[in-house]
Amino acid sequence: MINVFMQHWQELLLGFGNTLLCSVIALFFSLVIGSAFAIFEVLPYKVLHIVGRVYIEVFRNIPLLVIGMFFYVVVPQFFVTLDGFTAGTIGLTLYTSAFIAETVRAGIQAVDDGQMEGARANGMTFMQAMWHIILPQAFRYVIPPLGNQFINLVKNSSVLAFVAGFDLMYQGDAIASTTFDTFNTYIVVGILYLIITLPLSYYMRYLEKKLA
Amino acid sequence: MSNLAEAYSWINLRYLLEGLWVTIEVSVISIVLSFICGSILGIIRYVRFPFLSAIVGVIIDLIRNLPLLLLLFFTYFGLPKIGIKMEPLSAAIAAMTVFESAMIAEIVRSGIQAVDTGQMEGARSVGMTYWQGLRVIVLPQAMKKMIPPLVSQFISLIKDTSLATIIVLPELLYRAQIIYGQNTRYMIPMFIALAVMYFVVCYALSLVASGLERRTS
Repeated sequence: MINVFMQHWQELLLGFGNTLLCSVIALFFSLVIGSAFAIFEVLPYKVLHIVGRVYIEVFRNIPLLVIGMFFYVVVPQFFVTLDGFTAGTIGLTLYTSAFIAETVRAGIQAVDDGQMEGARANGMTFMQAMWHIILPQAFRYVIPPLGNQFINLVKNSSVLAFVAGFDLMYQGDAIASTTFDTFNTYIVVGILYLIITLPLSYYMRYLEKKLA
Repeated sequence: MSNLAEAYSWINLRYLLEGLWVTIEVSVISIVLSFICGSILGIIRYVRFPFLSAIVGVIIDLIRNLPLLLLLFFTYFGLPKIGIKMEPLSAAIAAMTVFESAMIAEIVRSGIQAVDTGQMEGARSVGMTYWQGLRVIVLPQAMKKMIPPLVSQFISLIKDTSLATIIVLPELLYRAQIIYGQNTRYMIPMFIALAVMYFVVCYALSLVASGLERRTS
């Protein structure tokens, strides 16, 4: 095991960095898109509500791998060329944004109605009240589930291996297929994933207990 | 239009539907196995046996925080190195069951913990043993709280079976890849078919779940 790491630490660390990078990028954009669709769902417009619902249900019920492969295989064939990393990250972002939209919507709805009424009574517009009053409070409820979404994101980023995204899983697979030492290589890769996810998951558990 | 008719010819469709059947087969077997294992592990975690519960807890945390894809690779490509060889079908089922059992164990444990402690105290004070209280009073109430997270776990299990395409399990995604590999004009029709088939199965399950939720609450 130590041999595998000593001989291939450069590739493994590159993969480790790429996994973290694509997870952070996907988290940022899916937070933006997810919050937008969550707000669609609480706005009093029927059309936006339906658009939000359709988006969320579509991306929640189709495997991430199918979405990622679509951007890697179909999009370059007919539209623009994308490298594996970009295609995978776009897929991850769309998939995760649907889950984040659900989380943020639950957070917004957990904020007491009186907050919105009070803000409106003070002369704020709906969007002002949303931005200054509701969202800051909603995000407090949403932090623990968002942390869990980030853990899922890191784990899900392993599908980049399918689209040549040079992430940790891809590098591990490449090393395993050149050295034939599959058993030890995958254990090393697993330990590297745990270095990211395990502390995060314990911290989220602690936060949940503290906020509850 | 003739493109579409060609892409969705009966031969192709039948080939895809056979793949959907493999997907459902793997999902159902993994769901049943991981529900049984996960419930047992979750109860072990909750009851706090000395040593056993702590060890089970550590193993669950390790497995839950690894990507399923890694477990799949490890089962199919890694384990033969130490003499455990499996067919793609059994390797997929084994990897999914191990991963999902750990996820379900956490759902079961937190479901039981969400039941008010007064329920168990009440059961004990009317003369039930600990196990009677757990089985007759606490578990049925916990079950209600566990249904929504369990169903979303099962939905993600169905979606995750697509990962098994990498160990050449002939499921839905694998077969779609073979079809559009023969003719790139079939590419978009195949991705539409994939999206529709996965969506129908998963969305139907989530509708059943919300129906169940409404009936129990």
